[in-house]
Amino acid sequence: MRFLINKIVLGLSILAALIGLVFLFWILIDLTIKGVGAIDWHIFSNDLVNNGLRNLLIGQFMLALTAVVIGVPIGMIAGIYLQEYSYGSKYAEFIRNLSDVMMSAPSIVIGVFVYAIVVNPVGHANGWAGSIALAIMMIPIVVRTTDDMLGLVPKELREAGIALGAPKYKVIFDIIIKAAKVGITTGILLAFARIAGETAPLLFTSGNSQFFTMNMNQEFPSLTVAIYNLATMPDENLVKIAWAGAFILTVFVLLINLLGRYVIREKK
Amino acid sequence: MKNVMEIKDFYFTYPKAPKPTLKNINLNIEENKITALIGPSGCGKSTLLRSLNRIQDLYPGNKYDGEILLKINDKMENILEYKKENKLIELRQRVGMIFQKPTPFPMSIFDNVAYGLKFAGIKSKSEIEGRVEKALQGAALWSEVKDRLKESALGMSGGQQQRLCIARAIAVEPEVLLFDEPTSALDPISTAAIEELVVELKERVSIAIVTHNMQQASRISDYTAFMYLGDLVEFGETEQIFLNPKEKQTEDYITGRFG
Amino acid sequence: MESVFKKLSLTSATLILLLLTSIFVVLFIYAKPAIDEFGLKFLTDPRWGVTVQVDTPKVDKQVATTEQVTDEMAQNDNLQTEDLLLDDSSDNSDSLLTDDEDGSTANTKEVYGGFVPIVGTVLSTILAMLFAVPIAMGIAVFLSEIAHPLLAKPVGVAIELLAAIPSIIYGMWGLFYFGPLVSKYVGGQSVSLLVAGLVLGVMIIPFMASLTRDSMNTTPAVLKESAYAMGATKFEVIKDVIFPYAKQGIIGSIILALGRALGETMAVAFVIGGVFTFPKVVTDPTVSIPVVLANSFAESSGMSMSALFYLAVVLFVLSFAVISFAKFYFLRNKNEIFNK
Repeated sequence: MRFLINKIVLGLSILAALIGLVFLFWILIDLTIKGVGAIDWHIFSNDLVNNGLRNLLIGQFMLALTAVVIGVPIGMIAGIYLQEYSYGSKYAEFIRNLSDVMMSAPSIVIGVFVYAIVVNPVGHANGWAGSIALAIMMIPIVVRTTDDMLGLVPKELREAGIALGAPKYKVIFDIIIKAAKVGITTGILLAFARIAGETAPLLFTSGNSQFFTMNMNQEFPSLTVAIYNLATMPDENLVKIAWAGAFILTVFVLLINLLGRYVIREKK
Repeated sequence: MKNVMEIKDFYFTYPKAPKPTLKNINLNIEENKITALIGPSGCGKSTLLRSLNRIQDLYPGNKYDGEILLKINDKMENILEYKKENKLIELRQRVGMIFQKPTPFPMSIFDNVAYGLKFAGIKSKSEIEGRVEKALQGAALWSEVKDRLKESALGMSGGQQQRLCIARAIAVEPEVLLFDEPTSALDPISTAAIEELVVELKERVSIAIVTHNMQQASRISDYTAFMYLGDLVEFGETEQIFLNPKEKQTEDYITGRFG
Repeated sequence: MESVFKKLSLTSATLILLLLTSIFVVLFIYAKPAIDEFGLKFLTDPRWGVTVQVDTPKVDKQVATTEQVTDEMAQNDNLQTEDLLLDDSSDNSDSLLTDDEDGSTANTKEVYGGFVPIVGTVLSTILAMLFAVPIAMGIAVFLSEIAHPLLAKPVGVAIELLAAIPSIIYGMWGLFYFGPLVSKYVGGQSVSLLVAGLVLGVMIIPFMASLTRDSMNTTPAVLKESAYAMGATKFEVIKDVIFPYAKQGIIGSIILALGRALGETMAVAFVIGGVFTFPKVVTDPTVSIPVVLANSFAESSGMSMSALFYLAVVLFVLSFAVISFAKFYFLRNKNEIFNK
């Protein structure tokens, strides 16, 4: 009887795993079929106004990259505080938990918040607002990564630096961060992949532009926002563009993830 | 005999600890001699060593009492009175430290040895190169690494890494070197090389070494301090401590009855 | 330098606290008009943007006297100045007349209530959890206990990669493939509460499964081995050793996934329908808070905008509560770093 129950439960578990995997690969296969079918050279050389994706791809990349430039220093320095300067104080523990909670805050709420503090005063959607929203999403991830990765560096290495007469901030930048470099880089890559695929925080911050622009003070082209708009259009051609965009986005995000994993494996 | 450091009525209390970890320690570190600190685990010998360059100040909340004097320009200064960051940095340039496990920094061999020099205010490239070479020679490492100074220090063997750490410490030409069980993570051959090196070094610096290994203490040290439960039980010339201990506790420990 | 950097790092860390508080405060300020207007009734009022005839002036005055009089007077003052400004641009007597009419008979206002999207959010999340939890647990058990390591590794990586796919992709797939399929075999439209719940479920499965697997993998091998050594079956080991050992982590991952489902916009936006009707059956279309925000925000202003901010506050508080709960009760931060 016990053995029967064992077999049944294990069978159910395998079945559940199969169902899950079927769903997940189903999505990928559909996406690939639709996406590959929709990709041609035209979409890479034209902007949305001419039924291309060029401005959207570049725009999305710019938005995410600017978010990295804003979010990574803040997140890293905050992470350094938590690991190197707080000595396990209650306050640091509080910030650490708060940061984790913020990591799971609904992304649309962050979009709404940035709308209120940036878009509303300025009067129109703009690239900076989009990047700020993405940066806010990114900060807690970078904090967590930096905090965890610095924590893995043996404390003897810190002491050895201090024992040579180096100031603490020097030890942190010259030695500790270098020792944790691989982990932190991976974390930042994964965080970048995550925000690069975000839509909700961009809907009313960056908005979307049909045209090619590098001016972050204006409405800025966003691939994800465009996908959202195009996918529900009645025009077959526009839906096709949306699929192409979705496919490219997914490939990009997965490649960065794989790159992150590869970096970990190489350096271990 | 001349003392480079004098520890007087020293008490040390860890943050939030009800009782001091070290009680009423009186001990001198003599110039160009090796002073070994021995005793069972938890006796406070590492804590004492870590007080001598105040590395323990990395973690706030420690309480020091008494005096630890360091000879600076022929005057004795109480290092426990140092409050400012730059005074502590100066102290650590005078009192170097080698740790239990090798601690190579994630940079090239050359940069490891040169790391402390910029904080000692040495900027000239040729002088840095000269000092690095001298330090590596001093640590008996030069011939092994002179062709791969630009390679990462992480690729060296454990014994080489430990000698690199010694080279790094002596590059800034400290007056005192503190060794915290420097061979406990090494194989016997590397251990022998380090011991030989420590003995050679005493011509240039004064040395305090914490060790678990009593044979090591008897082999290399001139003076030995036996500590037990935060007290300094007995301090004297190594020969006397090992052959003719005055205290019963010392004798029991040395003959292996506890520890 | 040292002290400068130390202060800078403290400031950066404090920025997180400031950000989180200012998100709450800013949302609250923008939501204030709606909160004042509708109060907590907002949470249970199913009407959204419905124009209703408001009570005659008599009733209005009664309300006013029962409430604070000064407040009412201040409002009256405001109204009067606004009227005067208007009067400048138009005919004096005319506007006075219309004003009177407004006051006596045709006084209308828009009513906003968040009941439908709140219910939609909760129901779609519950559906997602009902669907995702068993499958995610199955995958986790499969990966950590059943599959051969050679199989578990690539499948595990695949699952983690799937967790990284942007949610908008899940939404598109739901709209074009999964929704029509559900509609064909289960009935209803191709956009509905059911489809939204299922797509949401599919989206959180990889996230939940990999977190759960990680928790299960923390069970020490000796513990499992000693149970096997006593003749336990695999199921018994899972039930009696692994689940109890990893319980906190597993529940924590489920709640974190729940938090993610609650706040998810894009996977749901395509497939829930986006209509303000209460679903009578599970295959009816409805709406959720993030979707209302995504769809209506751009065209809103004044009170409708404020009502959207009110919804954002509700969503924020809801997910904050869920995540903090998971964090503080189940995923105790093991801070092994400063072993002083």
